Amino acid sequence: MLERLLIISAILFCIGLYGVLSRRHMIAVLMSVELMFNAVNVALVAFSRYTVPAVNRLSGSHVGMERFVLEGQTLAVFVIVVAAAEVALGLALIIALARRRDTVHISDLNTLRR
Amino acid sequence: MLPEAAAWLIIGLPLLAGVFSIAVLRPWRRSLWRYAGHVGIAGTGAAFVLSLIAVNGAMGNGDAGYEPHAWFAVGALGAQDGFEMTVGIFLDPLSAIMAAVVSGVSMVVQVFSLGYMRKESDDANGEWSDYPRYFTYMSLFTASMLGLVLAYNLIQLFVFWELVGLFSYLLIGFWYHRPAAAAAAKKAFIVTRIGDFGFMLGILYLFLNRGEFTALGLNPFEIPAILDAAPMLSAGVATWVALGLFAGAAGKSAQFPLHTWLPDAMEGPTPVSSLIHAATMVAAGVFLVARLFGLFEESAAAMNTVAIIGGFTAVFAAAMGLAANDIKRVLAFSTVSQLGYMFLALGVGAPGVAMFHLFNHAFFKCLLFLGAGSVHHSVHTFDMRYMGGIRRWMPITYLTTLVGGLSLAGIFPLAGFWSKDEILTTAWSGSHAANSGVSQLVFWLALAAAFMTAFYVFRLIIMAFHDDFRGGIDSVPHEERIPDEAHHHVHRHESPLVMKLPLLVLAVFAVGSGFVANSLVDLGPVPAHWFSHLLHEDAPKFNIAIALTSTLVAVAGIGLAVLVYGTRTVSFDGLGRLWRFVHRLLVQRFYMDALYEDLIVRRALYRGLFLVSDWFDRRIVDGVADLAGWLGRNSGRAIAQLQTGHIQVYGVGVSMGAAVILIFYLMQR
Repeated sequence: MLERLLIISAILFCIGLYGVLSRRHMIAVLMSVELMFNAVNVALVAFSRYTVPAVNRLSGSHVGMERFVLEGQTLAVFVIVVAAAEVALGLALIIALARRRDTVHISDLNTLRR
Repeated sequence: MLPEAAAWLIIGLPLLAGVFSIAVLRPWRRSLWRYAGHVGIAGTGAAFVLSLIAVNGAMGNGDAGYEPHAWFAVGALGAQDGFEMTVGIFLDPLSAIMAAVVSGVSMVVQVFSLGYMRKESDDANGEWSDYPRYFTYMSLFTASMLGLVLAYNLIQLFVFWELVGLFSYLLIGFWYHRPAAAAAAKKAFIVTRIGDFGFMLGILYLFLNRGEFTALGLNPFEIPAILDAAPMLSAGVATWVALGLFAGAAGKSAQFPLHTWLPDAMEGPTPVSSLIHAATMVAAGVFLVARLFGLFEESAAAMNTVAIIGGFTAVFAAAMGLAANDIKRVLAFSTVSQLGYMFLALGVGAPGVAMFHLFNHAFFKCLLFLGAGSVHHSVHTFDMRYMGGIRRWMPITYLTTLVGGLSLAGIFPLAGFWSKDEILTTAWSGSHAANSGVSQLVFWLALAAAFMTAFYVFRLIIMAFHDDFRGGIDSVPHEERIPDEAHHHVHRHESPLVMKLPLLVLAVFAVGSGFVANSLVDLGPVPAHWFSHLLHEDAPKFNIAIALTSTLVAVAGIGLAVLVYGTRTVSFDGLGRLWRFVHRLLVQRFYMDALYEDLIVRRALYRGLFLVSDWFDRRIVDGVADLAGWLGRNSGRAIAQLQTGHIQVYGVGVSMGAAVILIFYLMQR
């Protein structure tokens, strides 16, 4: 099961990466970045579900009652939060660039070369 | 016996005096510049006193036997290839007497310079500005020569040898603003360097064959060790090392074919010429051969080379002296010729006799040069054609120069007679020589040189001091004057006391040094043959026939000079074309300078070798350098194309790189 989830995660990541590298519109790039984040989130949750040893998963005084240790899931929530902040910041930058440089196309922004 | 620290002071005190003048007086004490000479004289004089003590000690004990000090070691000591470099003082009778001559003559010359350099020291930088520089060079020159003389180690000797070359360069080029002086300094440096190359090859050959020394438990660079090992060395080593060292000696002592620098070295101040010719610099070559005589003795080829080069140079240089008009040039050729005499004596196996001649020559040649300087002080030219009659207002200079001239000509009983006689006797008997035929040959060469010597020195005296005055600097055509002489005029006066005093002191030595130092009989405090016995050598037996012959030859030379230049009863002009050809040959110095400068330097080097090396430098050396620059620039340009500024292109690169690493990692598993 882990393998299937990881394959889905990898496919999502590659689609996102393709978007980041190929889209000219900055908002599309930002969306692709979101896709990559979520691919990672899938992987995190999958690892957490399937690879954390049972000893760690079982705890408390009631033997037989399953308690999940939600490390990967917690990290995924963090990623969502950070991604939301990043999107807010990214959109603000895009708007500022659009006002200042009158473009939202990433290929027009090559001042790093200088 | 002198303690070792005092022996080091013989080198150290002149060094200190020189450093003090240039590092303290010159930058900080402008008002004391005029006393730079006194500082130098004090340093050299102290060294002279110490040297005299050393001579006194050497009379009783011989070698002072100071242990050398370790300098550095290479490889494992005692192993086949390991060796140790040492420094130290080798104070034996030879180096003690040489140190005394060097420091004594240098001191006298510096006293003379106090007066002579006085008029030369006013220039754009203000009064006395040349004083500290001049006396610094003089002191350091003396210190280098003393270091050379006292060196324990061949490498140590070579270092001081090169320092002597450096300071001679600085002193000959003292008036560096005169093109002729700058060129002469360069010539002296380069020509002696050619000889020094041979010296270095000799040392290298010695080093390559150090196995012969380590087998005996000796250090191949230590002079006493070389002398000890010399009889055990294989013949090839002794010959090649000796010939290499002789090449250095011939360069320094201006022997044929490396003699051309010495006449040009006259461009320096006259006291400098005096010092170079009398005790330092040119004496170094003779000293080197005498110092390592034990090595030369082991090789008949080396001995014969030394004898023949010396004998040939004695005649060759004396011949050039016959026709020179510059008073200092005549004396310069005379020095070359007399040095030839000394090498001749070394070559026929008599180092003590050679040193004796060096000892006497130091005094009378120094005297003659200082006399020339004194004359210049009055008439401001060195050209004898414009002198004449100077004895009327320079009686002291005239008399002392006459004494020096008679001594140089070898007239009984002046100093020059005794040493020349010993050389001739040794050469004639040939008992110590490697080859009696060579010994006989150089005897006749020496006799011919003696005739010419007497002739040219009296030609000099008659042309300069007798006859009528021909106007001095005032009659020299303006185009012939060197710029510094242009504003001078003749002053008919005798030189000041500081210049007369050295002349008188040296005149006493020029009369007495031969007779007293190596007399035939006991002279009160001085035992018979003191000098020879000091150097552990038996003086050659006095041979009345040879003494008479040499005196007759010298008198004949003087007589001919008087007849030609004094009474004018004999003239060479009647000899016609042959005479004119010979005269031209002599004036042009056998075209040796032309050969070196035009043929070898201008044609062979400038148009041949230097063109090739120029091409190599421009094409190959510069080409490689340019290629490196071109590669950097153009490869950078190509790689710079990758930097587009498009973030997505970079992203592709990063992703591909990450993918490659990932694939590589996975394939590793």
